[in-house]
Amino acid sequence: MLIKLTGGTVYDPARGVDGEVRDLYVRDGRIVDSPNDTAIDKEYNLYGKVVMAGAIDMHTHIGGGKVTIARTLLPEDHRRDPFQRTDLLRSGCGHAAPSTLTTGYRYAEMGYTAGFEPAMLPTNARQAHMEMGDVPMIDKGGYVMLGSDDFLLRMMAQRKDQQAINDYVAWTIKSAQAIGVKVVNPGGISAFKFNQRSLDLDEKHPHYGTSPRAILKCLATAVKALGVPHPLHVHGCNLGVPGNMETTLKTIEAMEGLSVHLTHIQFHSYGTEGDHKFSSGAAQIAEAVNANKNITVDVGQILFGQTVTASGDNMRQHANHNHAHPNKWVCMDIECDAGCGVVPFRYRDRNFVNALQWAIGLETFLLIDDPWRVFLTTDHPNGAPFTTYPHLIRLLMDKTFRNDQLTRINPEAAAMSSLGSIEREYSLYEIATMTRAAAAKLIGLTDSGHLGASARADITVYTEQEDKEAMFAKPDYVFKDGDLVVRNGEVVKVVWGTTHVVRPEHDDGIEKSLRDYFDRYLTMKLENFTMSDGEITEDGRGSLSVHPCSTGGEA
Amino acid sequence: MTGYHANSNRECNRDMTNKSKAVVWENVPSPFCGIGTDDLSIEVDGTALKVLQNGCSVNSAGFEEPVTDTDPRVGGETVTLEEAVAKAADILRETNLPLVGGLATDVNGMRAALALADRIGAVVDNMNSTAAMRNLLALQSGGWVNTTLAEVKNRADLLLMVGGDVESLFPRFFERCVWNQDAMFVDDTTKRDVVFLGRAPAGDAATAPDGRAAEVLACSNADLPEVVAVLRALIHKKVIRANEVGGVPLASLQILAKKLKHARYGVVSWVAGSLDFAHAELMVQTLCEMIKDLNETTRCSGLPLGGREGDQTANSVCGWITGYPVRTSYASGHPEYDPHVNAAERLLTNGEADALLWVSAFNVERTPPATDVPTIVLGRSGMVFEKEPDVFVPVGTPGIDHSGHAYRMDNVVALRLHKLRDSGLPSSAEVLSAIEHAVM
Ligand SMILES: [Zn+2]
Repeated sequence: MLIKLTGGTVYDPARGVDGEVRDLYVRDGRIVDSPNDTAIDKEYNLYGKVVMAGAIDMHTHIGGGKVTIARTLLPEDHRRDPFQRTDLLRSGCGHAAPSTLTTGYRYAEMGYTAGFEPAMLPTNARQAHMEMGDVPMIDKGGYVMLGSDDFLLRMMAQRKDQQAINDYVAWTIKSAQAIGVKVVNPGGISAFKFNQRSLDLDEKHPHYGTSPRAILKCLATAVKALGVPHPLHVHGCNLGVPGNMETTLKTIEAMEGLSVHLTHIQFHSYGTEGDHKFSSGAAQIAEAVNANKNITVDVGQILFGQTVTASGDNMRQHANHNHAHPNKWVCMDIECDAGCGVVPFRYRDRNFVNALQWAIGLETFLLIDDPWRVFLTTDHPNGAPFTTYPHLIRLLMDKTFRNDQLTRINPEAAAMSSLGSIEREYSLYEIATMTRAAAAKLIGLTDSGHLGASARADITVYTEQEDKEAMFAKPDYVFKDGDLVVRNGEVVKVVWGTTHVVRPEHDDGIEKSLRDYFDRYLTMKLENFTMSDGEITEDGRGSLSVHPCSTGGEA
Repeated sequence: MTGYHANSNRECNRDMTNKSKAVVWENVPSPFCGIGTDDLSIEVDGTALKVLQNGCSVNSAGFEEPVTDTDPRVGGETVTLEEAVAKAADILRETNLPLVGGLATDVNGMRAALALADRIGAVVDNMNSTAAMRNLLALQSGGWVNTTLAEVKNRADLLLMVGGDVESLFPRFFERCVWNQDAMFVDDTTKRDVVFLGRAPAGDAATAPDGRAAEVLACSNADLPEVVAVLRALIHKKVIRANEVGGVPLASLQILAKKLKHARYGVVSWVAGSLDFAHAELMVQTLCEMIKDLNETTRCSGLPLGGREGDQTANSVCGWITGYPVRTSYASGHPEYDPHVNAAERLLTNGEADALLWVSAFNVERTPPATDVPTIVLGRSGMVFEKEPDVFVPVGTPGIDHSGHAYRMDNVVALRLHKLRDSGLPSSAEVLSAIEHAVM
């Protein structure tokens, strides 16, 4: 089957294509070069339409225990957004923490074709993959969480050499079927189990004596040494704490050029100026990001309304439980591995702090020069549900709209923000960069996020409109692996994406010490802990796509 | 022959089909006990299973239940699987409000049950919901601070067991998670402080290895709400004008309150299934709020014990696929959760449900409730019925007859279950999917 997409205006930053009229050809789920001799089976006339690769959400909480805790916690939120069964689609529910099926449909309806769960606990990886296995339409993958697990902290306290730590990190990536590594409040989730309530970058863990700085360097070094394409994904210390921009700046400095991705940076960009001792640190953070090419960030934009925050950072979630709305919340300590905290939250535009958080996120987007190093996220659902992305894109692309919104927020916050003076408007090319090309590059997906020959035929077609929110909310067409899956913003075919993983090489010797540790301290046998491929593929829907590591990794 | 090879990315070689001689499988995970025991050594001889090592009253009985019937029946007559599926579809097609109950199965079984329920507009409920709702309602009202088994094993210095007969329901809990020899953060596990509030332990599993018996503050279950409320008040240093509450001396509760406040990592555990009094969810909520209060100054976590017969699995899968726990109805074309209206028992006794599809793949004792509505049973081989159901399909047990996944009580760890024998019994997922396709 050969499909021709004729005459669309193509934005493909991976290949430097900025709004050029081009034909695209699709065969067997992949983009192919112009096949001169072959008959076209199906042609789509895309003259006047905007064509991009399918969008990639590089940080979205769509699978795993804490998401289902969030779902279970908030029946009242689901009741406001039922998703009715159709002849084609299963029923479910939406809003803050949507059901898995609805998640997949709604991502596809916005032109997204991949989403990555950023907080996959090793002990809960099965659940994360099973949930993502029930998310249709999009590709997925997970970053496995390390940094508060007792095995690593013991190794560090015992001053085990970096090579042994690399082996452990590689083993964990493989056993959890992950594509990257994330660290959340380095050491802090563990410290909270010892009743420590905060842990700054250079503070020592109460039991192990390690500092977050040392954990960050150790894990970032391991990820690099293993050749894992996605740099260490960092949820830093002191999330949400006024003045935490100092910690963030020190964290950037501490990396000494090592590549790291700083996630939901908005929550880590707070100063202490003004009457409320709460101010924007976006300018300083953006300056540091601009100056340090080893740093990438996603924003974690907040948008006003009800949502639910779900995080591995139970230390900080516990500290914020007084803000729970509605007033109920969950914290868990988990298996000498990690933890989680779920706190429902309502961001209010009239609230000074929330309004300033909104402005800080937007300032961050607009003050970081390079769209290859800043990513569009709301840290779904922590800042807002992912369904707000079209609105967020409009805020970035439309200065008049943005300034109009600025007049509606808490006036003190508006006055303290530089947002109104920022002229920048994102272009379609820049949006395509941050949501496609750069996201694929950051994760190490060589065949997604672009429209070159041999790429997956994940393609989104929009009608250009003045109202960018309307434009990005409802693509004309979405193709997933060459199948037309969405037409006029509605799902017309249900498909099941693949699961992206990496498999760095390691010395099997690590299993000996792991086996001993599991037998002595954990509640599972080592061989019952590791996930097999069959667990993802045996239902006939799921599949695995293994991406190469740059040095030594198994292809 | 020993049947496992550790291998991180390839399926362990555990699909055993060699019927000619007995095979022993090591480190077999159990879907029966709720605490995720995975160190069983099991001999398989044909379809007969024998737990050789680390068995207990729950797991050994669960694994060793013999295969008897393997043929489906319609109206008591042996039929083919296709005929049974067709009859089940005929029954379900004619209904206004079918009930998919029991739901003691694995993750795939639950997925298939929800797909079918979505298609036919059914209500889904689990056989242990009355117990599970005591926790879920508390969660949905206030939330909680909870922990998991490995944290208990390595951290707990004080364990408060409220109201439950832990020992007979979870025979290996103390051995595996309390009296474990090695713990990372407890110097001497034999010194752990164990206190029972309410029911006294049935045996001596809670007795420390050095012979120290657990402390018991005995009261009846019916008095627990009051006793727990007073305990919470004492933690807040409220003045209580009484010498005893529910038969428990106030002085003992004062000491317990002090212990909880001074524990480095206290764990408060309860078995929802044992709290058989009206509105036990309110007592669970008081416990959860008490635990939250304690976390303002020290660490303390809840540990709800449960998860037997797939109830945790049912609620987890239902949670991610519908957004709600069980007691969810698809009748109006989208999931609607109501923990009271959608209770299976109520729907049957009120005559609202007009057909029952009962899934019970773990325990032959868990047969459907008595009802006059047409009944389809997907049950473990060996079930004996007081009243023959309209359709009976013997199905395999996850972790014995087919591979699968089951949740442990702490809702974090999903066990990978393995196929141990070749009984020819279909999985509940296969039969449910076949019914879904036949019903169209
Ligand atoms: Zn996140």
